[in-house]
Amino acid sequence: MPALDRVHIDKLTKRYGTERALGGVSLELTAGAMCALLGHNGAGKSTLLGIVSTLVRPTGGNVRYHAAGREVTGADVRREIGLLAHASLCYGELSARENLELVAGLYDLDASASSIDVVLDRVGLDLKARDREARTYSRGMLQRLALARALLTRPSLLLLDEPFTGLDRGGALALGAELGALRDAGAIVVVVTHDLEAIAGRTDHVAILRRGQLAFEERGSYSYDQLKDLYHRYAN
Amino acid sequence: MNKAIPVLAVLAAAGLAATSYAVFTYAPFEPVLLFNQKIFYFHVAHAFMLFVAVGVCGLCSLVYLKKRSPRWDDVALAGAEVAVLFGAAVLISGSIWAEAAWDKWWVWEKRLTMSLLLWLVLVGYVLVRRFAGASAERLAAGLAVFGTLGVPFVYTMVDKGDHHPQAGRDGNVMTLTGPMKIVFWACVLTFLLWFLTLVLMRVQSARAEREIRELREQGLDAGLFT
Amino acid sequence: MLRHAARIAWKDLRIELRSREIVYTMAFFGGLIVVVYSFAFPVKPDLVRAAAPGMLWVAIAFAGTIGLGRAFDRERENDTMRALLLAPVPRLSVFLGKALAITALVMAVAAVCTPLLALFLEAPLFAAPLPLVLALALGCLGFAIVGSVFAAMLLKVRSRDVLLPIILYPILIPLFVAGVYATEALIAAPGPALDKAWYWIGFLGIYDASALVLSLWIYESLVIE
Repeated sequence: MPALDRVHIDKLTKRYGTERALGGVSLELTAGAMCALLGHNGAGKSTLLGIVSTLVRPTGGNVRYHAAGREVTGADVRREIGLLAHASLCYGELSARENLELVAGLYDLDASASSIDVVLDRVGLDLKARDREARTYSRGMLQRLALARALLTRPSLLLLDEPFTGLDRGGALALGAELGALRDAGAIVVVVTHDLEAIAGRTDHVAILRRGQLAFEERGSYSYDQLKDLYHRYAN
Repeated sequence: MNKAIPVLAVLAAAGLAATSYAVFTYAPFEPVLLFNQKIFYFHVAHAFMLFVAVGVCGLCSLVYLKKRSPRWDDVALAGAEVAVLFGAAVLISGSIWAEAAWDKWWVWEKRLTMSLLLWLVLVGYVLVRRFAGASAERLAAGLAVFGTLGVPFVYTMVDKGDHHPQAGRDGNVMTLTGPMKIVFWACVLTFLLWFLTLVLMRVQSARAEREIRELREQGLDAGLFT
Repeated sequence: MLRHAARIAWKDLRIELRSREIVYTMAFFGGLIVVVYSFAFPVKPDLVRAAAPGMLWVAIAFAGTIGLGRAFDRERENDTMRALLLAPVPRLSVFLGKALAITALVMAVAAVCTPLLALFLEAPLFAAPLPLVLALALGCLGFAIVGSVFAAMLLKVRSRDVLLPIILYPILIPLFVAGVYATEALIAAPGPALDKAWYWIGFLGIYDASALVLSLWIYESLVIE
C-alpha cells in the first residue's frame, strides 16, 4: 500500500445547521511538506482537519487523496492517516501497552511487545508506566502516549490539532523536531496551532483561515516574527 | 411551487365549505350515535393525513441522509410539523368522539392508540430539531427513519395485543356505502388538499430561510456588512 | 469485519470488567427501581401477575438507557470514538462491537432485575425459563442495536442525557411492549401460554432483524457528521 503523496482539497464547504464553518476552501498538500493551518478560534481550522481526516462529511466540494499517481479511497485512506489532537484518543482504563496493542490490532499491524516498545522508546515513555492504566499518567506522559499511538501506524498523512497545548517549552520544541523529522521522511504533515514559536522555521506551507475562508496561502519557510506578522494581518 | 400554493389553498377552502355543508345536510345519521358521529369525517380524514405525513417525513429523512441534500430535509421537516398538527387534531377529535360514544375522554382503541404512538415519534422529531444544536437534522432524520420502520410493528402490536379491551368500533371505513361513503372520501380529499397546502407553505418558508442565510454569507464574504 | 467488531466488543468488556463501574451502577439502579415498584403497588397475586412483566421491562429500559449513556460517555472522555471511526476497520464493525458490548451490559441488568422481581413480588417469572431468557436476550439486543446508533450520534450534543430517551423510547415501544406481552404469556395462570409467548418472541426477533438491517444500511450516513 503506497504512501499518500498528494491531497487535493477542492472548494470545501461545511455547514452545521445554520452556521457555515467552511466556505469554499481549496488547498493542495504535498509529500515531505509541513503545512501550518492558522486562524482564530471558529475560523474553521478544526472543521477542515475533520474533513481531511474523513471524520466529517463536507456539505460541498471534496477531498482527493493520491498515492503514486493513483487515487485512494475509503478505508485505505484511513490506514494512512495519523491524528494527534488535544485529547489523547486513548482509553484511560487500559495501559499504554494495551492501548497500542488495540491500535495494532485494528490496523492489522505487528502487535508484538517488541515493536510496541520500540515506539514507546521513541517517544520516551517511562518503562514502568507502560503497564499502568493511562488515567494515572501525567499530562506530559499522556501526550507521549498519544504521539506513540499516532506514530505506531506509520502514517503518511499526519494531522495535528493543537498538539502543543499543555506542553512545556522543551516538550513543544521536541515535538516540533519530531514533526520535522517525519516531514523529512516524506510524510504530509498538517499542523493546526496557535503556538507559532513551535513551528517557526519548520513550515513549508502556511495557510490562514478567516471565517471559513482562505485569507492567505503561501509556500515557504517563515520565521517566528514573519508568522506573527502574517497572522495579525490576515487572521482578522 | 409558488404558483401551486394559492391554487391548492383555494381548492381546499372550497372543499372545506362544500364538505362541511355535505356533512351536515347530505350525509345521513349513523344509527347509534346520530349527530355525534359526524366528527368521524373530520377525525378519520386527519388520521389518514397523519399517516401520509409520517410516510413523507420518514421517506424524505432517508433520502436526506443518503444524499445530504437540504431540499429533502426541508420536506421532512415540513411533513413532521404538519404531522404534529394533524396528529393533535386526530387525538383531540378522537377524544371528543370517545366521550360521545363511550362516556370516557380517552379509549385505547386501535387506531387512536396507533395515532398516539406515531404522534409521539413526530413530536420527538420536532423537539430534536429545535434543541439538539448543530447535528439536529441528522438526529431527527434518524429518529424519523427508525420511527417509520416501526409502523408495521406498532400496528401488529396494537392489533394483536390484548392489554386494552377494544371499545367497540363501528366497522371499517372500507365498508361504507352510499352518501356516507361519498362524503367521507370528499372529506379525505379536502384535507389532503389542506395538508398539501400546509406542507408546501412550510417547505417554501424553510427554503426561503436558507436562501436568506446564504445571501447573508455571500454579503459577509464580500465585506458588505461590517 | 466481524473480527474487528469482536475486537472492539472485547475491548469494551475488558474495560468494563476492570472497573465494573457501569455494571455495578446499572444493576444497582435496576434493583432500586424494582424496590420502588414493590412499594408503589400492593402485592396481591393477580395484580402481581399483571404488573410484573411491565415492571421488569421498564426497569430494563431505564437502567439500560443510563448504562448506554455511560458506555458512550467513556468514548467521549478522550475522544476515542474519533479514533475508532478513523481506524481502517469498516465503520460498521465499530457499530457492531459497541452493540454487542451494550447487549451484554443490559443483559446483566436483566439478570439482576428478574430474580429480584421474582423475589420481592412473588412473581412466577421462572415458570418457563428458556423462553424468558430468549425474550430478554432479544429485547436487550434490539435495545442495544438502536441505542448504539443514537448514542454514537449524541456523543457531542449538549443535552444528550435527555435527548437519548426522547429519541429511543418512541422507537423502542414495539420492542418493550412485545417483551411485556411475551413475559406476561410466560407467567400466565394456570400455566405458561407458550403459543402466545412464542408469537411475541418471534415478533422480537423480526424487530431486531429489521432494526439491524436498517442500522447497517444507514449507520455511516447517520454517525459521520
